[in-house]
Amino acid sequence: MNVAARDMSPGSSQADAIVVAGQRAVCDLRGALYFRDLGLLAVSDLHLEKGSSFARRGALLPPYDTAVTLQRLEAVIADYRPRIVVSLGDSFHDGQGAARLHEIFRAGLETMMAGRDWYWVAGNHDPEAPADLPGETVRELAVAGLVFRHEPARKGGEGEIAGHLHPCARIVQRGRSVRRRCFASDGLRLIMPAFGAFTGSLNVLDKAYAGLFRREALMAYMLGQARVYPIAGSLLRA
Amino acid sequence: MRKDGQIWLNFALQKTAAVRSRRFSRLAKPVFCFSSYGLTRQSPPPSEGASAVLPEPFVKWFAERGWAPRAHQLELLSRTQAGKSVLLIAPTGAGKTLAGFLPSLTDLATRPKRKPGEAHRGIHTLYISPLKALAVDIERNLGRPVEDMGLPISIETRTGDTPTHKRQRQKLVPPDILLTTPEQLALLIASSDARRFFEDLRYVVLDELHSLVTSKRGHLLSLGLARLRHYVPDLQSIGLSATVAQPDELRQWLVSQNPTREMSDLITVEGGAKPDITILDSEERVPWAGHSARYAIGDVYEAIKKHKTTLLFVNTRSQAELLFQELWRINEDTLPIALHHGSLDVGQRRRVEKAMADNVLRAVVATSTLDLGIDWGDVDLVVHVGAPKGASRLAQRIGRANHRMDEPSRAILVPANRFEVLECRAALEANYVGAQDTPPLIEGALDVLAQHVLGCACGAPFDADELYNEIRSAAPYAALDRDSFDRVIAFVATGGYALRTYERYARIKLTKEGKWRVTHPRVAQQYRLNVGTIVEAPALNVRYTRAKGGAMRGGAPLGKIEEHFVETLTQGDMFIFAGKVLRFEGIRENECYVSNGNSSKVLVPSYAGGKFPLSTYLAEQVRGMLADPARWSSLPDQVSDWLRIQQDKSVLPPKDQLLVETFPRGSRFYMVAYPFEGRLAHQTLGMLLTRRLERSGARPLGFVATDYSLAVWSLGDMGAMFKAKKPSLDDLFDEDMLGDDLEAWLNDSWLLKRTFRNCAVIAGLIEKRYPGQEKSGRQVTVSADLIYDVLRSHEPDHILLRATRADAGSGLLDVRRLAEMLSRIRGRIMHKALDHISPLAVPVMMEIGRESVNGEANDSLLSEAADLIEEAMGPE
Repeated sequence: MNVAARDMSPGSSQADAIVVAGQRAVCDLRGALYFRDLGLLAVSDLHLEKGSSFARRGALLPPYDTAVTLQRLEAVIADYRPRIVVSLGDSFHDGQGAARLHEIFRAGLETMMAGRDWYWVAGNHDPEAPADLPGETVRELAVAGLVFRHEPARKGGEGEIAGHLHPCARIVQRGRSVRRRCFASDGLRLIMPAFGAFTGSLNVLDKAYAGLFRREALMAYMLGQARVYPIAGSLLRA
Repeated sequence: MRKDGQIWLNFALQKTAAVRSRRFSRLAKPVFCFSSYGLTRQSPPPSEGASAVLPEPFVKWFAERGWAPRAHQLELLSRTQAGKSVLLIAPTGAGKTLAGFLPSLTDLATRPKRKPGEAHRGIHTLYISPLKALAVDIERNLGRPVEDMGLPISIETRTGDTPTHKRQRQKLVPPDILLTTPEQLALLIASSDARRFFEDLRYVVLDELHSLVTSKRGHLLSLGLARLRHYVPDLQSIGLSATVAQPDELRQWLVSQNPTREMSDLITVEGGAKPDITILDSEERVPWAGHSARYAIGDVYEAIKKHKTTLLFVNTRSQAELLFQELWRINEDTLPIALHHGSLDVGQRRRVEKAMADNVLRAVVATSTLDLGIDWGDVDLVVHVGAPKGASRLAQRIGRANHRMDEPSRAILVPANRFEVLECRAALEANYVGAQDTPPLIEGALDVLAQHVLGCACGAPFDADELYNEIRSAAPYAALDRDSFDRVIAFVATGGYALRTYERYARIKLTKEGKWRVTHPRVAQQYRLNVGTIVEAPALNVRYTRAKGGAMRGGAPLGKIEEHFVETLTQGDMFIFAGKVLRFEGIRENECYVSNGNSSKVLVPSYAGGKFPLSTYLAEQVRGMLADPARWSSLPDQVSDWLRIQQDKSVLPPKDQLLVETFPRGSRFYMVAYPFEGRLAHQTLGMLLTRRLERSGARPLGFVATDYSLAVWSLGDMGAMFKAKKPSLDDLFDEDMLGDDLEAWLNDSWLLKRTFRNCAVIAGLIEKRYPGQEKSGRQVTVSADLIYDVLRSHEPDHILLRATRADAGSGLLDVRRLAEMLSRIRGRIMHKALDHISPLAVPVMMEIGRESVNGEANDSLLSEAADLIEEAMGPE
């Protein structure tokens, strides 16, 4: 995952420009969302220390997921140089995740945080503030008509940027099925893909998403190998 | 002496008097109804010395029925009584199973009785078969003589279906003979009372050994056998096998390889009457390409009508479904014709098997699930639709027919296309000369070893040095180096990562006494849930919907179908499965709901890994036949004409050369090569060649591979490039493509990811997905692909990646075969630049568009879908 070697400059063709609740943003191929006018970068569901969380329960997954996720985050931050970073919840896979974080990663994270506002939105995996890390922990965050919260609210939802569901989308073309992580939006609300290296995904047409989007306006911004592909909701398959 | 409609009911015992009527056999299924293929000429009276080893009750029992034991059965008995392990190689139906059990039965019959109050004895004989059904069959068949003779012998099965209470009782009061599968043996070894359970063991009988040893199941079994020898050093093993190319490999497999190259004894029973095999001579035109053999359906149906019971073999489940549909379409006499393959519901399969054994069917369309030795009633014709791909496989399948001692078995080969005509011809000649081309055994897989190491620790703490020596006594692991072994232990303990952060989560730990012990009972529980080496592709249960229009509810189950196929369906699509045309209604959790459909436009599900590659031996025969016009006279006119025209328009490759044709067509340029190395090796070659052609500026657009040839197309004129030696064909096909190019391609290949998933499940890194686990749980599980990506970038020499590459090399990629081919054709490439497509190139060219290399280039599909939107919406 040698992300840094690629040309990922903001506004390149590898990102896709969208408008959510009147705010312009770009969906970055790596799964981050950047509001240029606000200088705000959002990432969701980092699930740091998921590997070690599984290891505690006997599945000895490779212990490199935190390194991969943070490397990717560092590259995104270096590209966009945001003033504000919002981590949209489930930043750590479990409540003790921050405490297990290796010193090297803690230091790296603190370097990324230096000189910018950093918000940890509380998630279901990590309802408490991460241990010994700077940044402000919030339940939700309202900025310029947008609301950043982890779990999408069942009601309202205009201007909501949420995570939690790990959306992916699937199309069938020429008798073959392609599934990719995606940003899902109907222009009012946007649900972000999971950013973490070991995070799975859930089809955006699953019943867990029921009532969240205006079906006719739904678009999935699917994350391909080299660019983001905007796909209309009518082409998607469950 | 015999009348028609009568069958010989001896289990390859030489029957001298009793002849029962077929009618009787329907009423009461005879004991030991193993067919007696090929034994007519082999019936010397048992020698005095040999009969001396048979205890009195047996001699009497045989005599009462007018039977006498066969020579090889007594031979095996006397060798085992001399303390030897033995491999018995005999054709189907030669009475292998009785031979395998005679040592146990006679030994048990003469054993002193257990005195009251004496402790229960452990099991005496362990019988292991690849199929549950076979174990159950054997239990039924062995029970009868034991009962007749009043022998004090208990026989029980232990399979995945055995209820818990029975398993527990078996632990406390072990039966004398336990009939089981490799997975159950692994579970028994992993239990804390394993040593006590096995300490009285005398014999291990391994049935259908030829089919077990070629897979990871065989690796697991070989390790289990080594463990049994650890409990009982003088354990004797008895292997029962069909004919194989390298019997010595199996003989080594049966005994400890310490000292190395030790071999068991060998008893070989020759086949009898030569089978009568013909190639279907159809009036119809043999197609250029394809696999359906639809042209021959009428002829096949006529053949079924002329015989009592016909077994129709095909190579894949898709072909089975298609053939079944086609036969029923023309089945005007409504003959009872059934379908049998591995994806069908178990209940359905059992019904077909029963109907078959009861002789109520006229024909069964089957895949390799019927290859193994259960008794299938009175089959008098085998039809092989599509080329058999291997001479040994053909011989084994043909052995399914013929339950009569004095008639040769009868088989018809039905080639599906022109190249298959050549292949069938080659296979036919091979079967006549008795050639064998079973695949060579491969080194033991490291993922299987990891599973076994954890299993041993679950049984009892182990000493690493001792276990290392024990494992090297198993033939597949005889060459295992200490470093790999230690890395496997590290993997089992803490994942074996260079970054040692999981010490505190270790599954096994060194005790003060220097032994490895499991850290928590939970580890053993997890092990038991994940034991085994069969990792199935994700599949959905196919069920009828009950209520039309209402909510989907489960009706009758039909079987299982692979997820990747179901995912391409939309409601209303028709597909064929379980011999029916079904309408797709939807997916809920892991159920695929269907209703009865009509046959307007139907799809045929594809199944992963269903295709056997052409064997090296047959490939060589086909090349030889092409190169030698004198042999064409045995081919049908339309096929020999085809080859003659090829000779005129282009050239036919000499046997030891590789022909490469280039020609323009439309706006593109084509290259067709004819290596005859099988589809898997060709796909790998195609992938590597396109990478190289890309670098040379040929701008390749795609490729397609068949068992026989490979076509690549491009925008650049490859013919001109080869002539100018930019690059030369020798450079293009240089063996060095197996270095960096292979590595670079492999790393991103879906093939490697799929292989990794299997290895990770077998090694216990990720858990098996069980039916009933909801799909919506996806976001919380970690997919094997993600683990693979992370591991590859951070620890490319991890032991599991090594296991993955070794697997892919011999399996899906067939790198070994490709390497042999590249070295063989070095400096022997014949380039023929043409203006037009040649006759020989037509079959592979017809596959273009029909076949696609799965899983690559998915992004281009996304791009297409995104473009559709742009097209529809116009520029903003």
